[in-house]
Amino acid sequence: MTTVKTGSALEKPAANEGPLWEVFIRSKSGLDHKHCGSLHAADPQMAIQLARDVYTRRQEGCSVWVVRSDHIVASDPGDKDMYFDPMEDKVYRHPTFYKLPSEVDHM
Amino acid sequence: MYTQSMDTGPKDERKAVRTVEEAELERRFDAKIDAGDFIEAKDWMPDHYRKTLLRQISQHAHSEIVGMLPEGNWITRAPTLKRKAILLAKVQDEGGHGLYLYAAAETLGTSRDQMIDALHAGKAKYSSIFNYPTLTWADIGTIGWLVDGAAIMNQVPICRCSYAPYARAMIRVCREESFHQRQGFDSLLVMMREGTPEQKAMVQDAVDRWWWPCLMMFGPPDDQSPNSAQGMRWGIKRVSNDTLRQKFVDATAEQAKVLGVTLPDPLLKWNAERGHHDFGPIDWSEFWRVVAGDGPCNRDRLATRVKAWDDGAWVREAALAHARKQATRQEAA
Repeated sequence: MTTVKTGSALEKPAANEGPLWEVFIRSKSGLDHKHCGSLHAADPQMAIQLARDVYTRRQEGCSVWVVRSDHIVASDPGDKDMYFDPMEDKVYRHPTFYKLPSEVDHM
Repeated sequence: MYTQSMDTGPKDERKAVRTVEEAELERRFDAKIDAGDFIEAKDWMPDHYRKTLLRQISQHAHSEIVGMLPEGNWITRAPTLKRKAILLAKVQDEGGHGLYLYAAAETLGTSRDQMIDALHAGKAKYSSIFNYPTLTWADIGTIGWLVDGAAIMNQVPICRCSYAPYARAMIRVCREESFHQRQGFDSLLVMMREGTPEQKAMVQDAVDRWWWPCLMMFGPPDDQSPNSAQGMRWGIKRVSNDTLRQKFVDATAEQAKVLGVTLPDPLLKWNAERGHHDFGPIDWSEFWRVVAGDGPCNRDRLATRVKAWDDGAWVREAALAHARKQATRQEAA
């Protein structure tokens, strides 16, 4: 299993544009933060402000996370089949695998 | 807004000779497309697919950014505070759409700076519609109604584009776009129903000037779009230029009646047999002239963009210098 960096294909920021940040928004309290896009910003504070302006113009969220794209480690899409396939033959992991008498089947 | 369906894909550069491994990768890629699967940034993709998308998405992003200019021109002169607030929100949306799309294009391996340089050097295209001037306040409503209306027709099918980062960006864009069209129609309707004869004439004049350029936004006729088939094959393009144009004409002809304006085409007529409106021939020589750089405002638009970029250079430099200083202090502490 190899890992790859996610986000921009470029590993180093070009001279002017600042590093790339991934933006995660919590749409309302009680829900999890969800990835919604990326942006360039010089520093964390600017990244948060821009994320607010670019991704929450219509009450899309109540909380924002930003993470430097080059700090994210991701699985390699090339390994997808090998890495995630084994679940398919483990049907006993799912509740529907067990046929119970109808009296208790709502369990 | 505002992609333009121009057939601007790079010439087919597929190599005749490929390695066995490459052929196998391409076979798997084709199978994925056929199965209606999405392609993500890190997935293998044919070089030609990457280049076609990069061109289309970056052109689309440039169009959003340049598209702020004709409308921005009227922010300080909006007739009421309400219309000014609406226009500000719309122009801000267009800027946001440009940013979503630049981010999507960057996943294909080109930097933001490279794309912006290409625009400013005149090497990258943007939608020809923004090379027309906004002469009166009625142009702003007409842009919302017709230009954004045409853009929505073009863009909704892209939400199902096979390249997932583009499709995701387009879903966000389309969600916001409907406000743009509705506010435009609303603004025109107020003038047509409550306005003076001069204001009504102003709306008609704006519609007369924008109608044909809007029909051109869908790009050349299908029989003059040789690369369209490949775009369809790859799930980049979902609906043909002529089909989308027809759909737009049909929808708009009805809306024009509600508004009380005449569309400037004597041949526009309902054809019961086809179940569509017939419409007159489009002057494609004008389209190609504007695309090639000789529209009413090409030079002005680009000069304004370049000036804004150059004038903002010190802000970008200061932000980066500040970030470096903070990082150095943190290391020292």
